[in-house]
Amino acid sequence: MSINIRLFASLREQIGESELSIEANKADNVREVWTIISNDSPMQANTLCSINMEYVNSDHKVKDGDEVAFFPPVTGG
Amino acid sequence: MIHIRDTAFQPWDEIQAYQNTLSIEGKYGATAVFVGSMRDFNEGDDVQAMTLEHYPGMTEKYLEKIIQQANDKWDLLDTLVIHRVGNIMPNDPIVLVVVWSAHRTNAFDASRFIMEELKSKAPFWKKEVLDNGSRWVGKNTSK
Repeated sequence: MSINIRLFASLREQIGESELSIEANKADNVREVWTIISNDSPMQANTLCSINMEYVNSDHKVKDGDEVAFFPPVTGG
Repeated sequence: MIHIRDTAFQPWDEIQAYQNTLSIEGKYGATAVFVGSMRDFNEGDDVQAMTLEHYPGMTEKYLEKIIQQANDKWDLLDTLVIHRVGNIMPNDPIVLVVVWSAHRTNAFDASRFIMEELKSKAPFWKKEVLDNGSRWVGKNTSK
């Protein structure tokens, strides 16, 4: 079973993927997901995180089947 | 009503077309309209074009939440939000927010609220094309 990961804007370019997945038992929270997909790169202080399209903090727990997304500050409008 | 568009739109035609579908004739005394358009300059540089990316699904979810919050806060008759994604050229409209209500205060205040919330919460990202390359916009202006 797995966690699906979405990346947007500058973070998509940094990681080089827009979508990927990891085994659900590899990460306990959002920050650990980032550590795995970024090869231990520090998470920028302004990085925004969501689980299943709801904003969450980076210490939020993740579970099997979650869609976890990472993106920079939003700049719409 | 919320629309995410990947092609150019004409705000005034959209307002008229949407208003024609509403059954609020005689009920509204105020229509507040905000149109955000692309500038050809930013942070001291000429901007040739822009690409707007978004998070499909989450964008609509947050715009719906914002509109629901506006309806909870003010007495509104209807709202229309259109936002562009994709390739955008200077002078193209990027965002349209329209609020219909019985009185002006609710229309003014709700349209401002929707716009400011959209700017801070809706997952859109702008990448500017400059004379010598491209760059992600780091943050929205505060005014």
